[in-house]
Amino acid sequence: MKMLKTLAAGVSALALTVGAAQAQISDGVVKIGVLTDMAATYSDLAGSGAVAAAEMAVADFGGTVAGAPIEILTADHQNKADIAANKAREWFENENVDSLAELVTTSVALAVFEIAKQQNKIALVSGAASSPLTNDACIPTGIHYTYNTRALAVGTGSAVVKEGGDSWYFLTANYAFGEALQRDVSAVVEAEGGTVLGASKHPFPSSDFSSFVLQAQASGAKVVGLANAGADTTNAIKAANEFGLVASGQSLAALLMFITDVHALGLDTAQGIQLTTGFYWDLNDETRAWSQKFFEKTGTMPTMVQAGVYSSVSHYLKGIEATGSDDTDTVMAWMRANPVNDFFAKGGEIRTDGRMVHDMYLVKVKSPSESKGPWDYYEVLRTIPGEEAYGPLSESTCPTK
Amino acid sequence: MLADLLGIPPQLLFGQLLLGLISGAFYAVLSLGLAVIFGMLNIVNFAHGALYMLGAFASYFLLKILGINYWGALILAPIIVGAAGIVIERFLLRRLAGVDHLYGLLLTFGLALVIEGLFVKFFGASGLPYPTPEALKGGVNLGFMFVPWYRAWVVVAAVIVCVFTWWLFERTKVGAYLRAGTENPTLLQAFGVNVPLLTTLAYGYGVALAGLAGVLAAPITQVAPLMGSNLIITVFAVVVIGGMGSIMGAAVTGLAMGMIEGLTKVFWPEASATVIFVIMAIVLVIRPAGLFGRTA
Repeated sequence: MKMLKTLAAGVSALALTVGAAQAQISDGVVKIGVLTDMAATYSDLAGSGAVAAAEMAVADFGGTVAGAPIEILTADHQNKADIAANKAREWFENENVDSLAELVTTSVALAVFEIAKQQNKIALVSGAASSPLTNDACIPTGIHYTYNTRALAVGTGSAVVKEGGDSWYFLTANYAFGEALQRDVSAVVEAEGGTVLGASKHPFPSSDFSSFVLQAQASGAKVVGLANAGADTTNAIKAANEFGLVASGQSLAALLMFITDVHALGLDTAQGIQLTTGFYWDLNDETRAWSQKFFEKTGTMPTMVQAGVYSSVSHYLKGIEATGSDDTDTVMAWMRANPVNDFFAKGGEIRTDGRMVHDMYLVKVKSPSESKGPWDYYEVLRTIPGEEAYGPLSESTCPTK
Repeated sequence: MLADLLGIPPQLLFGQLLLGLISGAFYAVLSLGLAVIFGMLNIVNFAHGALYMLGAFASYFLLKILGINYWGALILAPIIVGAAGIVIERFLLRRLAGVDHLYGLLLTFGLALVIEGLFVKFFGASGLPYPTPEALKGGVNLGFMFVPWYRAWVVVAAVIVCVFTWWLFERTKVGAYLRAGTENPTLLQAFGVNVPLLTTLAYGYGVALAGLAGVLAAPITQVAPLMGSNLIITVFAVVVIGGMGSIMGAAVTGLAMGMIEGLTKVFWPEASATVIFVIMAIVLVIRPAGLFGRTA
């Protein structure tokens, strides 16, 4: 009898705590909106793979957090800022979505940041690249998770200058991202004693780069920097090969390249390219194990953006689990106070300007003979410490840091 | 002289003009197909970009699965795409004969979205690599620029196709039937000519031209599901400038617009995506039927 009483008390106490925890979760469910490019230029590096990564994070959490179910919503923003902003507002106002994840394309991330700031909701940016997201354009509830243009500049830009590539010409995608990447790389090149001879701003997206390649050849620069991404980068590399840019002594620096781009180009064309990445599947046992699971689900190895989506969503869910609340400020405080430790990052730190600081990798694309099999593409040349890649917080121009 | 005047090195200028000619070759072959289809069927074929993409994918699969090389693909891929076009015409477009142009436009536009969407779903947006044929690797240095053999071949191929198409439609009996069919199908049928068959073949031929352009493009750009979606809008502008339905106009305007776009890429690269539309607007104001179009 006594035992039964104790048991009853225990159960009701447990019920009470669960009830209390649930009361902290607004409308009893945690909703995460994955807003990404599902069908256009960036859909391979983010897209359905990013959705799969978010779903894996939720599944690894058992589908519930702090007693509340977790729901993933997805939408295609088509790389258009207005569509993204409208969807974000609709989700926040009508669907009670608690946070947004992925957000590839800088113009999209900038537009969504405005909405997230107004609504005081968390935006976990993985795909967009531009450093202004944690500088002038930062918001108190924004986290820029996977990489940024500054880290790419520090990684690839300085490596190329150190090898003697001291005069540069850029082929730049004509929108916020391309400009940010060109600006950040120019700063690194000039700081290392190099010069920037000029740039061609090409429409986004472009399919024929021959004309821009010709201008780059005419510039006489030692290095032609590709300040673009996705299909633009692969097409530019193909045109550069075709028009003998590399054969005539100039070298090519792909400033932002994803493993899916290397896969699409094939090692014959892509071999020897140096690039900076925030993640590679074949770094250690942990990355291999997670990536294998991802591969079984999607049929491709993860890009850094997709791995970053998993990690950022997990860290967000851990915050809710630990604090028992999905309140924006509470979860943000927890996420900043606790380091990110998973297969993606070790000791990753989310700063007050929203930057997640973690180690980056300078890698070189293997030649077909070096590659042992499908997706065996990178040789890691150097691990770039987070502080070096992203710079100190004091350098950030974020007004609310 | 012009080069000195504009402060651009002549090498760069000639180079860009030549490159413009090469991209103009693609515009010419694609707009030729559109002009044939519009001329004979009165259909604004928005599926043209998707069919161009199918041509590139057909050559990719011919190589990967059947081991048929580029030269084989140059013949087979247009036939495959043309056959797909004939199926589309027989089962879908035919049902729209006699109704407003707008329905044909909507149908083909929807078809393009479906085809491209399916290819993105199965093959991803980054596309697949297609090697340059061995015989056309490398290039020649003209002094002012390096011209890859492959690009030179594209221009030659485009000119051959344009001349052949013009000859077929303007100088042969089949062409005469087709033109008569557009003017007065009922009368032509009364003479015992199978007009519906002619229409189907005309659509098949127009679409096969798109497929051919796809094969030509495969070694240059990635074989990617969305390769046609950006191009098609520009090509439509080219057709409008040349005059809807004018075969000669489509070919000449295609080459000319390629060169104008090439020049814009030197002087004001940011505007290169819009310059053709500006010209289209001006032409529509001054000559609504297009440069080579006959005013009704």
